[in-house]
Order: sequence, then C-alpha cells, then structure tokens
Amino acid sequence: MVEFLLNTVKPHFNFWVYVILMMIGLWSLIAKNNLIKKMMGLAIFQSAIILFYVSLGVKDGATIPVLDYHGEHADHNAAAKDEPAMTLPTSSAGNPADAYANPVPHVLMLTAIVVGVATLGVALALCEMIFKEFDTLEEDELLRKIKALHDDA
Amino acid sequence: MLEQLPALILLAPLFGALLIGLVGLHDRRACFPIAFASLVVSLASALGAAMRAFTGGAYNYFIGGWEEPLGISIVLRVDALNGLLLIAIAVVAVLAVIFTIRPSSEKDTDKTAYFYILFLLLCVGLFGITITGDAFNLFVLIEVSALTSYGLVAIGTSRRCKMAAFHYLLMGTVGASFYLLGVGYLYLKTGSLNIEDINTILTTNATVAQSPGIVTAFLLILVGIWIKMAFFPLYGWLPNAYSYCPSGSSCLLAPLMTKVSVYVMIRVMLSLFGLEWVFGHPGWSDLVVWLAVIAILAGSIMALAQREIKRMLCYLIVAEIGYMVGGAWLNDPNLWGLTGASYHILADALMTLCLFLFAGILFKYHGISEIGDLGGLFKKMPLTSIGFVIGALAMIGVPPTSGFFSKFYLIRGGIEGGHPEYVGALLISSLVNAVLFFRIFEIAYFGKNPADGHSHDHGHDSHGHDDHGEAASPVLREAPTYALIPLLAAAALILLLGIFNGQIIELIRTAFGNSAIVVSNLR
Amino acid sequence: MNPKLYASIAVIITGLVLLYGISDFPTFGDPRSPANSGVEGGAPSTSLYYINESYGATKVPNLVTSVLADYRGYDTMFETVVVFAAGMAIFAILRCFGRDDEAVITAPTKSSIDGDHNRIIVGTTCRLAVPVVQIFALYVVAHGHHSPGGGFQGGVMLGASFILIALAGNLNDALGRFSERSYMTLASLGIIIYAGFGVLPQVLGKNFLDFGVLEKFFLTDGPEMARSHSMLGVEIGVALTVMSIMFAIFANLSSRGTLKGGL
Repeated sequence: MVEFLLNTVKPHFNFWVYVILMMIGLWSLIAKNNLIKKMMGLAIFQSAIILFYVSLGVKDGATIPVLDYHGEHADHNAAAKDEPAMTLPTSSAGNPADAYANPVPHVLMLTAIVVGVATLGVALALCEMIFKEFDTLEEDELLRKIKALHDDA
Repeated sequence: MLEQLPALILLAPLFGALLIGLVGLHDRRACFPIAFASLVVSLASALGAAMRAFTGGAYNYFIGGWEEPLGISIVLRVDALNGLLLIAIAVVAVLAVIFTIRPSSEKDTDKTAYFYILFLLLCVGLFGITITGDAFNLFVLIEVSALTSYGLVAIGTSRRCKMAAFHYLLMGTVGASFYLLGVGYLYLKTGSLNIEDINTILTTNATVAQSPGIVTAFLLILVGIWIKMAFFPLYGWLPNAYSYCPSGSSCLLAPLMTKVSVYVMIRVMLSLFGLEWVFGHPGWSDLVVWLAVIAILAGSIMALAQREIKRMLCYLIVAEIGYMVGGAWLNDPNLWGLTGASYHILADALMTLCLFLFAGILFKYHGISEIGDLGGLFKKMPLTSIGFVIGALAMIGVPPTSGFFSKFYLIRGGIEGGHPEYVGALLISSLVNAVLFFRIFEIAYFGKNPADGHSHDHGHDSHGHDDHGEAASPVLREAPTYALIPLLAAAALILLLGIFNGQIIELIRTAFGNSAIVVSNLR
Repeated sequence: MNPKLYASIAVIITGLVLLYGISDFPTFGDPRSPANSGVEGGAPSTSLYYINESYGATKVPNLVTSVLADYRGYDTMFETVVVFAAGMAIFAILRCFGRDDEAVITAPTKSSIDGDHNRIIVGTTCRLAVPVVQIFALYVVAHGHHSPGGGFQGGVMLGASFILIALAGNLNDALGRFSERSYMTLASLGIIIYAGFGVLPQVLGKNFLDFGVLEKFFLTDGPEMARSHSMLGVEIGVALTVMSIMFAIFANLSSRGTLKGGL
C-alpha cells in the first residue's frame, strides 16, 4: 500500500487529486436529485479540470511567469543578477526559461474559468425560472409535475 | 482585402450582434435589418474564402500576424471541406433569419433584441468552430455556440423549455468539459495546441502517438463531441430541447448544432489525430459502426412512435447522426464512407432546415403541432406543401434530391468497408422514413380539412402561446411570403445539391487529399 | 436508487479510463515535460518561445498578459464574447418587462443608503469602501502588464463594487448609478473596443489583431510598444464588458428579471 502510494501516486499526485475531484463532481451531477446540487457538481467538475491544467505548467523552483523587469538599462540588468530567486535557473540543464512557470496553462485557464462562471450564471437563471414555474427544484417532483402537465393537455 | 475574408466571416455577425446591443433595445425595428445585413456579408465572405480554397487549395490565416514558429498564435485554416460547410452555415443562417422577420407573439417582442443577439452570436460560434485551426480555440467557440443555444432554447414562453434548456446545459457543459480535458491531455503529451502541429508530432513521433495519454485524449474528445452531437446513448437532451424551443430558434439550432459537431468529429479524426492513427486501433471502427447502427435503428423506431411533427423530426435527427458517425467510421479503402458523411452534413443541414421551417410555419401561423391535424394541407397550402414534400423525399432518399446521393455514397462505403449491418440499418431507416412521411402525405392529401369541426386545442402540451392574433380560426391558409421564401429556397437547394453532387463530392475529396496522410489511402 | 447506481458505474468507468491515461504522464513539477519544453517532431515549444522571446516582441513583462492579449488574443476576444453571450442568455431567460406582476417583490419605499438609519453602519462603510475598491480595480486593469492582473480581474472588481452598493442598500441604489441602459451600452462597447483594435490593423492591410502596425496611432517607436499599448486598450474593453455583465447578472438574478426591489 505504502509502496503503491510512493511509486504510483506520489509522482502523479496532482493527477490523482484532479481525477478524484472530477469524479466527485460527476457523481453528484448524475446522482443528486436537487438541481442546485447538480450545478455544484458541475462547478466541482470544471474546477477539477482547471486544477489539472494549472498543474501542467508547474516547474520545480520556478516563479510566476512575470519577468523580472527593470527597464532597458544595463546597470539595472546587472542589479537584477543580485536577486537569485528571480533569475537563477534551478534546473541542471541550465535553461534560463526554467526560472518561470509555463504561462500557457494560466492563459487557457483564465478563459476556462470565465466560461465556467458564465455557464453557472445561465444555469442559475434557468433554476430560478424553473422554481418560479414549478415551485420546486427536486428533479423527481419536477418530472412528475411535467408529466401531469402533459396528461392534462 | 481578399486575404481578410476568413476573419470577416466571423466579424460581420459579431459586430452585428454588438450593434444590436447598442441600438436594438431602444428600437427593435432595427434588429432584423442589422442581423440580415451582417449575415449576408458573412455569406459573401464565406463564398469568397471558400472559392480561394476550392481553386488554390487549403490555406492559413494567421491571427495577429504571428507566423513563425507554428502554433504560437491562433490560425484560421480554410480547406475545401470546411469551405463548403461555411457556405452551408451561412446559407442556413440567412434563410432562418428571414423566417424570424415577424416575432411570433406580442410577449416575445420584448425580447427581440436578445433573440437576435443570441442568434448572431450562435452563428459566430459555428463559423469559428468550422474555421479554426487551434484545438483550444475550438473549445472556446464551442462554448460560445453552446451558451447562446441554451439562451435560444430557453427564450420561449413555454413552461417546459426551461427544464429542457437546463438538461441541455448540463449535458452540453459535460461534453465541452470532456473535450477540454482531452485537449489538456494532448497538450500535456505534445506541448502544442495547433491542430496541424499536433498532427505532425503524432505522425512523426511514434512513442508519443502510442502512449496511453494520447489514447485517453482521443477517447475523451470523442465522448465529449458525441454528447454534443447527441449520438446514440447520449442523445437524451436533444428531443426536448429542440421540440420545446421557439420555432425561430429551432430553425437555426436543429440544422446546424449537431451537424457542426459531426464536422468537428471528422476534423478531429482527419486533421488532429490522422486517419491512420484512428484506424490503426483494431476494433474501434467496428465498435463505433455498431453503435451507429443502434443509433439509426433506435432513432427511427422512436420517430415512429411520435405524434408531434417536431418531436418526430428530432428523433430523425438522432438517426441521421447515426448515419454520419457510422459513415465516418466505416474505414473503407476508398474513404467513400467519410466522403458520404461529409456530404451528408451539407445535405442534412438543408433537409432539416426545410422540415423544421415547415413545422415552424404550421405552428407559428396555425398552432398545429400534431401530425393528425394536417388534414387538407396540400389543398390549402400548396406552396408550403411543395417545400415539405421535397424535404421529406430527401429524408427518405429519393433521387434526384441530395438525400439520395448521400445515402448512395454511404452505402457504397458500407459495402466496400465490409459492414453489411450498417447498410442494412441505412435501408431499414429509409423504409421507416418512407412510412413516416407517406403517412403524413396521406393525411395531408386525403384527410378531412380541419376547418370542419376541428376542435382546436389551445395550449396543448406546453407550447404555450398562440401567436396568431386573428387566426384563432383554424382555417389553413398559405403561409406569408417571408416564411415561404426560406422554405422554397431550402427545397431548391436540396435539389441543386443533389444535381451537382459530383462536383461537391470531388471538392470534398480534394480536402481529404490535402492532408498528406490519407493520400496513400486514397490510391 | 437507480440514479445512484448509474452514477457509480459511470464514475468508476470514467475514473479508471482517466487513471489509465495518467500512467505515463511526466512527474509533477518537471521542467522538461512536453508541456513545458516541447517534444520531438513538432514545432519548437510555444511555452519556451513565450518565456524567451515574447518580452522582446511585446515589451510586456507579464507573460500571461502578453500571451492572453496578443498571441492568443483571438481566444480572449471570444472569452469576452462568452461573457456577453451569457449575459444576453440570462436576460433572455429572466428579464420581464413589468408585465409579470406576481414576480415583483415590492421595494421598501424609503431605501436609499443615505436616508435609512437602520443601515447607517453598513451604508457608511460601503460608501467608504466602494471608491477604494474601484480605484484598486482600475489599478489592476492598468497594471496588468507588470503584475498579475488585467481586464477580467479588474472588471470583476468593478462589477463587485456595484454589487456591494446593491447589497448594502437596495438594488435601486445600484441601478440609479448604473442603469440597464448604461450596462447594455457598456457591455457592447467593451467588445467593440476589443474587436475594433483587431479590425484597425485590417484596415491598414495587416491581419486581424496584428497590433504592431498601429505604431503610427500611438506615436511610439517601433511595433513592440504599439503592441504593449494596444494590449492596454484591449484590457480596458474586456474590463468594461465584464464589469457590466457581472453587475447585470446580479441585478437580474436577484430581482428575478424585474430589476425592481430585490433582496
């Protein structure tokens, strides 16, 4: 068990965490009866994907992808060298790019977060209208009421 | 100027929507002209952009002018296949917008501006999906089209459309999220988001291409798109969403949303992973074709059980999706299945538009939604009937309509690929369609005119609003001109697409030839 | 119990497929992973390109901003369109124009922050806080080039400042300062600014969103600074749309689309 945790889970723990979170979201999306709880499941589901993406861009010992910017002057660049945390590469390969995290997942996830928020807003609006029409947000009751509506007609 | 056309296709409806946002709320008479004009502009640009691809082959449009190295910026890519689809989307959108020229009820007029904004943004999303060359950008545009379509479904006044829209939203978001996750796996394994670049990596780097991560990525993307296109086990949201939404919305949503998803699947198979990679996995093709067979049969059988026209058409869409997915996965040596599926995207968009326009006319002007109420239709509404008959014949697959030729190529692919079950399902489904539509013909031709003793059931089910102020009398009359024009134009295009099928098939096959992977396959 | 059974089956199958996929993924934090430094066979890694080259090409030290607003500016434009579309969808679903009487929650007659003595502490605190929030939001928008921040974050803060007014007092207070007419106008205007920055280069004969050609408009030396300045303009457009739509969504959701009373 411990070996499994150390050898299989530990190097990929970010992926394990995202899979578990995503499955929690998916489960409540399908199994829960209340529409708001379904929406929460959806939110967890989307957040898990965001977590997955952001964890792709992580590099050991790297800082945020904002360059250590001191203007164009040579003396400032020299001064910058005194700040080891910002400019010293941490990888053995010595690539200076290793000092900064990968910006691409951050950019993509900014987009995905906004999309998620927008979707949840629309879902909330729909829930509000459904509650106004049927006075309930429990799915089984809703289906019963809709069926009654159909039979009446 | 001509190089700018690919961007202009999207920008015209985008600016149209924003302009309506600025002026439409104050003056709702401005909405329709703006929407119509911007869609015509994008139709013209789509024609121009596609013509260049037809004559000169596929080309790229680099957003922001960043060309080197490939993939740092987003690319729009036009080839013959998506050129044809761009034209089809623009044509369907223009015809559908003409149908919406008069709002369907007094209560709806408050929301006219929102309706047109959502309508145009949906077109933006669909154009963008078709033309983009970037896997992540595809996700953003899928979400643009998805969010607008939730709004277009829920904009109706019916009580049930909100619930239908909510289910649609849940399913659609899960589908898009699976797609997003699949793109994430691809990015993790290849470090790239550009479709062309990923394809190069997968064809040249075998260790990456055969890794479990890439296989999972493909499965995730495929399942995500299947949810979006309502492929068989995942179709639950479609019938409610499309049959309870207002007529104006369904005329745009039903012909385009699912078809564009099928295009995305073909694009993913053809350009992102490459056909050799996809069909290099034994067993996948057979499995998907069997699923498609079940989809075709299930869709047809459920369509038989429906009494409402729109619901029946919705289940027929489920069957048609089965045609296209099955066709794309036939893996026959000459790619006739894939060709037929691509051709069927165009044909089916027009057929569905034609039939949904017919259903929309009946519901909007006469409040009819049941098949049984169609008695005396052919006599009272001859022009509408002509449009409907052509659409129905295309659905059955009678020459010279486009439906016949797409089925011809699909069956040819099925025979050459050794999938008799698919051929059988296709023929059975054609038979069911014939039964369905000839039943309607019979009622419409021989049935009693509903004017005599027709008990008009107001608010049957929950379509809610009866929009015809003076038309409380159930007498059938010919539809107004602005509703007839799109219907007859769609019918004419179905015939044209059928008559010129040779040229169009040739164009589609040049698009396959352009991606170098399949050239060997074609010979 | 059926839905729970289905859910469990679906979750287990999906989970197993996902876990199968991650078996050969790079370890967490590996700087040599394909995502971080590319892979054999394709174009050079975009991530390394951005880190090494983008400052020279755009003069923006915040890589996320330069990638977001320039290299992948097309995505970001549609991201803003998504926000706009969500707003329009919510209005289409909820907005009712005063005919649906049952939904109107009657507002208290006297409810301004200024006059209501029951809310004097909350009202005064919010009145003090709102300008600070807004100034900080403007800073976040304007300083996105050099530090974490940008149009979305700043726009959300600006929208939140109006929501704060509505929470502290009454929806009418907030709508008095930011009416339906103005938020619709500003929301559309924001994307028009963004897309306008994209179309201007087209007028000058370059591709969509090719900001470099705008150097003559900004009177800057070289296309790099033109790109930098255009990104600021684009971020302002994003902030306008996000601010308007965030507040509009709150106003519509909290009053069930009547824009009256609420909370």
